[in-house]
Amino acid sequence: MAAKAKGRWLVLAVPYLWLLVLFLVPFLIVFKISLSQDAIAQPPYEPVFDLAAGWDAITDAFSQLNFDNYAYVLSWDNEFIEAYGSSLWIAGISTLLLLAVGYPIAYGMARAPKSIRPTLLMLVILPFWTSFLIRVYAWIGILSPEGLLNQLLIALGIISPDAPLQILATDTAVYIGIVYSYLPFMILPLYSALEKMDETLLEAAADLGCPPFAAFWKITWPLSLPGVFAGCLLCFIPAVGEFVIPDLLGGSDTMMIGKVLWTEFSVNRSWTVSSAVAVLLLLVLVVPIVFYQNVQAKEMEGR
Amino acid sequence: MRKGLSWFNTTSIVLGFAFLYLPILLLVIYSFNASRLVTVWAGFSTEWYWKLLQNDQLLEAAWVTLRVAFISASVATVLGTLAAIALTRYGRFNGRMLFSGMVYAPLVMPEVITGLSLLLLFVAVNFDRGFWTITLAHITFTMCFVSVVVQSRLVTFDRSLEEAALDLGCPPLKTFFVVTLPIILPAVVSGWMLAFTLSLDDLVIASFTTGPGATTLPMRIYSQVRLGVTPEINAICTIMIGIVTVVVVLASIITKRQEVARERAERLAAAG
Repeated sequence: MAAKAKGRWLVLAVPYLWLLVLFLVPFLIVFKISLSQDAIAQPPYEPVFDLAAGWDAITDAFSQLNFDNYAYVLSWDNEFIEAYGSSLWIAGISTLLLLAVGYPIAYGMARAPKSIRPTLLMLVILPFWTSFLIRVYAWIGILSPEGLLNQLLIALGIISPDAPLQILATDTAVYIGIVYSYLPFMILPLYSALEKMDETLLEAAADLGCPPFAAFWKITWPLSLPGVFAGCLLCFIPAVGEFVIPDLLGGSDTMMIGKVLWTEFSVNRSWTVSSAVAVLLLLVLVVPIVFYQNVQAKEMEGR
Repeated sequence: MRKGLSWFNTTSIVLGFAFLYLPILLLVIYSFNASRLVTVWAGFSTEWYWKLLQNDQLLEAAWVTLRVAFISASVATVLGTLAAIALTRYGRFNGRMLFSGMVYAPLVMPEVITGLSLLLLFVAVNFDRGFWTITLAHITFTMCFVSVVVQSRLVTFDRSLEEAALDLGCPPLKTFFVVTLPIILPAVVSGWMLAFTLSLDDLVIASFTTGPGATTLPMRIYSQVRLGVTPEINAICTIMIGIVTVVVVLASIITKRQEVARERAERLAAAG
């Protein structure tokens, strides 16, 4: 029995410890550094906690921690608040667009003959397996002023060759990029919710004289809501912190917090300010993340 | 009920797939373009693929990326499977909330936060940054994806099989390898593949946690993409897309075959 209990304990302890050390502790360190000051040293912040230096040194280090970086980030002069706002805005609009684009596709797939559904499902997942960077890169060639979209429109005579559409380096390009890259994340939860639906409910509604659109609104939509929530959260949360898409497709005036954090870290080399930006980003996202965890835990364990 | 698809459903599927595949298709086509200008078609050529073979930096980066992906996917599969077993089989235990939180949160955590926090950890403990820090970071975020994939298989399978083995005196460890693992193997394999491709693909976390001497392929591609679209990048993207497509299609055919074989065996067993 003892060996059994030990084995049981190990199964849990190994991944638990791994995540504690490499997921939870790093957040505590980020929080601590967000309260520190930049320094020209290795590591580039102070104070540094040195357990060997004795109790006094540690209490002294504690007294040096302060909220200056937060005051800096939250000051209206420094554009960070604007970046948080525009990230939430861009992610929100993109999520609505994703829902509008993804729902008809997921619906069509769920109503397709059973025999071709696995193939359709694989076709949705396949682009997701190919590199995210490649998929974003592909749009640069399409959207640039001399890109394929403009060439097509010029060849069709819709726009004049002198005035190509400026899409690359604008927010529109960021929306297109996010919708394109995250589409499988939206389609899959919607599909699994819609596929589970009992179609006889719609037949019953039709028999009782309910027009198709009203039947959709009163039956299909409410039943697909779990999928809608899961898909929206799965897209919205990472989109808020997106870095690659605004950096490659957006313009210099596209402010997204992921890009700001990256710039603060790699260009301005301020680890303390980027930590404060990260902590605030996490605070902004904590409600949707906890909500998502509950949805996910229910989906996985509630059956 | 009507059979087949209505025009609305057909249109949305066709348009949806066109949207998903057209950009990738264009990228592949233009990798065979003879012109250096990516947007002007000047005839078919495989020139850029030959140029790739001479690009040592790119090949070196590809080799680093493959090694990181292989090691991290393998470790992540073991850890993720253990986590999945704990979450589906252990009921309520102390600290379960925290554990499930740590398993699900990385799935949606913005990469910039994960990357920054891991970097600061490695700096705080004075760990030399490079190949191994990228690998540790990748294990951490991919194991959560593995765990979710394996969990979805564990919750659907018939637990009486495990109970029967245990009742007949089979030790738990042996029960796992003889009964549980064969049944969840397809999920474990697809978990490994997911972890492998996520690791291959990652730019942000690798950029944060890397050190001198360890440049991955996405980092290399990214620094070139910033300078503009070139046919060489189209060529390397095409190769990566080709590899992934072949692996995914093969894997799905193999799992399909296994399922058919198992169903047949089950039917035979039921008949006999």
